[in-house]
Parts: sequence; structure tokens; C-alpha cells
Amino acid sequence: MTDYTRHAKYFLLQDFYQGMKLGIKYMFKPKATINYPHEKGPLSPRFRGEHALRRYANGEERCIACKLCEAVCPAQAITIDAEPREDGSRRTTRYDIDMTKCIYCGFCQEACPVDAIVEGPNFEFSTETREELYYDKNKLLENGDRWEAEIARNLEMDAPYR
Amino acid sequence: MADFFLNTTLGMILLIVGQIFLVVIPLLVALAFLMYLDRKIWASVQLRRGPNVVGVYGLLQSFADFGKYIVKEIVVPAGADRPVFFMAPMVTLVMALVAWAVIPFNDGWVLSDINVAILFVFAVSSLEVYGVIMGGWASNSKYPFLGSLRSAAQMISYEVSIGLIIIGVIISTGSMNFSGIVEAQKSDYGLLSWYWLPHFPMLILFFISALAETNRPPFDLPEAESELVAGYQVEYSSTPFLLFMIGELVAVVLMCALISLMFFGGWLSPIPGLPDGIFWMIAKMGIVFFFFSLIKAITPRYRYDQLMRLGWKVFLPFSLFWVVFVAFAAKFEWFWGIYARYTVGG
Repeated sequence: MTDYTRHAKYFLLQDFYQGMKLGIKYMFKPKATINYPHEKGPLSPRFRGEHALRRYANGEERCIACKLCEAVCPAQAITIDAEPREDGSRRTTRYDIDMTKCIYCGFCQEACPVDAIVEGPNFEFSTETREELYYDKNKLLENGDRWEAEIARNLEMDAPYR
Repeated sequence: MADFFLNTTLGMILLIVGQIFLVVIPLLVALAFLMYLDRKIWASVQLRRGPNVVGVYGLLQSFADFGKYIVKEIVVPAGADRPVFFMAPMVTLVMALVAWAVIPFNDGWVLSDINVAILFVFAVSSLEVYGVIMGGWASNSKYPFLGSLRSAAQMISYEVSIGLIIIGVIISTGSMNFSGIVEAQKSDYGLLSWYWLPHFPMLILFFISALAETNRPPFDLPEAESELVAGYQVEYSSTPFLLFMIGELVAVVLMCALISLMFFGGWLSPIPGLPDGIFWMIAKMGIVFFFFSLIKAITPRYRYDQLMRLGWKVFLPFSLFWVVFVAFAAKFEWFWGIYARYTVGG
């Protein structure tokens, strides 16, 4: 038996009327997109963005050059050299992250026993040259100083789930 | 002063040129905003914001785009046929603009009040396909050529049904002049006396054929980006591309004007008692353009064989039947003579 309803619907363009109805309905719905540089979407406290090296409140750097992050890094993006400082404490003399190699897996911050290396909430660090993405210790410490408030808040919010 | 413009050759030429600018410049400025509107409607159906950075609410986006196109470098493919390559976009734009010569915007507001106006529009808009074919051929490249071949077949197929639909309207008017067609729709019943009611199936058919004729989605096969990159526009850049783009949009707006004039009574007021005027014409064109944009946003692209089947196996027989029906209805004055409202002859 022929399905006449289907033919009737085809010739009466029912699909298009439904489509138009849906289209007009969607026109008045709230927008799904945001004005990106002016508005930004919410970020989880676990968001893994640009790296930073943190300090203690007294200004002493946290990193003790255990090299766990260097060992765990699956992309081998981290390079650390260390020797004792004048006061006898073990500190890094070199802490480089090649941000072009990094896969932002977050293993370094998981491995770190003193919460020194962390991935902060910043994801807008594009550069015009490749060389600018070879971060050294100074750049990472500077990031740590700049983003300390956000990083500390995120760590605190995430602490109950760890 | 009036003597200079009406009786000397130079004066008459100046008068005509002035009238042409009076039509073309507002048209092109309106076009920039329609392009913006098109993108905005498309975006809002997809829950996006659309252009909103240049100017207030992004209103100046199209002008920024025009500026960008003009300052870009013109790239000519190595094996291109240079004269034809540059002629193609000009043909598209000029043919799209020429048709506006016979479109009235208000009672008597028409550049050239010729008695075969509708035939002129039909002839000129058929020539637009040459721009597409020339562009595809002169690019000396595979995808543009495939795109232009598709476009040629598509435009010719749908012109057949557009022609038959126009014949139906001409039969019930007895005139090929747009002013005549609009006058025939005038009565004391406002919007109920317009041709959309007696010719309702043809209004839908004409609208869909107009989509195909102007290569709008869902019939934008000549420039189907998933298959042909951008069809005949692949090798075009800078100003030639801009001309293609404007030409296509002018053709779309022309189709809006044709639908308003033939089915929605042009500048006639929809409510009896309100004054007729150019604002009705503009409002009607705007509403039709809104539906053009909405269809673009909601429909997926047709397959090529579906397009051809629709054109030849559905539209052609149906519009042919309608011509015969309208001829009988007009001759014997069926349905209280709504199919026979002659302004000329009878």
C-alpha cells in the first residue's frame, strides 16, 4: 500500500514549515556564543593552562630540584639543572619548559611534592616567535608571582577532591 | 531649467544618468546592510552572535568587508584567459543591475517604463549565467569549471519553471508591465486582492525557483564548499570576487522585488484606507529577503540529482498545468473572475 501521507507531506513542504518554525524559535533563544575577548567562559579550578613556579609567602621559591617533574614529563619538555646554593639548600640553577613540546597533561603538578610547578588558569599566552615559548626559570617565577592569587584559590577549591 | 532636461540631448542624458544613480546608489548601500542582515539572521538561527564589532551592533561590517576586498591583491591563475577572467564578474554584476531599470518602486517611479518589462527582466537575468560560465571557464582550473557547469544546468532548468509561472501572472493581468501588474492587484480588499491568493502554489514555486536561480542555499551547488571548494569563485580574489558577491546579492534582491511586485502588490497598501507608497514596497522586499535568509539557515544542501528531479519532474509539470488552469479560469471567469483582472485588453 502506498503511503499517501508521506507524499502529501512532501508536496505540502511540511518539512520546510517545521524547519522555519524551529529556525524562528531559535532566533529568539539566548545566544550560545560569547563576545570572546570581552567576555570569557567559566574555567574549572582544575584547568591546566600556562605553567608557573610558585613561591612561599616569605618569597622563598618552593622548588627543591627533586626533578620528579622532569622524570614524569611524557613529552620531555622540562629540563632542570641543580646545585647547592650559598646557604646550603638545594635549588635549581636552570628550570626550562619547552611550551611547544608540552602537552598540558598536568603530570608535573601532580608529581610535585611542594606544589611548586603548577598549571595556572591562563590560556592566552600566544607569541609571535617560537623562541618566546621556550620558558626559563625567570619567566616561570614571574608567572607564579603574577597568577599567585588565582592559582592559590584554584588549589584550595580543588583540595577536597584530591 | 525643465526645458534643458527635457528637450536637449545632453540634458536628457544627464537626467537619465542622474536617475540611474538615484536607483543604483541606494540599492548598493541597502545591499551592504542586507548582507549584514543576512549574516545576522543566519547567525541567530544558529545561536551565534554574528558580526557585532564594526560599528554599532556591527552595522558597518559590510563596508569593512568591501574595504578589505578592494585593498587585497588580485591573483590571476597562470593559465587563465585574462580578458574573460576579468569580464566574468563584471557581466554578473552588470546583468544583475540592468534588470533594475524596469522595476518600479512606486506608482511611476521607474527608470524605463517599457511594456515588456517582465520579459526584459527574465531575459537579462538569464544572461547572468554567462558571468558564472565565463568565470569558471577562464579560471583554467577544475573545480571552478565543474561549478560553472553545474550552475549553467541549474539556472537553465529553473528558468523554465520561472518562465511558466510568469506566464500565469501575465495571463491574469493581460500586461507585461510591472505597473500594470501592480494596478491589476488593486482593489478595495487590500491584501486579499493580491495575486498571492489566486496564484498561491505559484508563489511557493516561484520562491523556490528564485532560490535555485540565484544559487542560494539549499541550491548553492555551484559553490558547494564541501564538494567544489567555492565553485566558480575559487580562483577569484579581491575586487573581482567582490563584484561576484555583489552581483549575486543584487540578483537576490531583484528576486525579492519581483515576488513583491507579482504576488504581493508592490507598493499597494495591505490594509484598505492606508496610503500606498514606496515604504510598502520596501517592507515587502524586506520580508521576502528575510525568508531567503531563513531558508539559507534552516536547509541542508540538495544533492544534484534531487535538484534536477525537482526542477524537471515536479516544478515543470506543475507550473505547466497551472498555466493551462489559469488560462481557462481567466477565459471563463471562474472563481468570481479573480484570475481575470485585466488592465490591458481582455
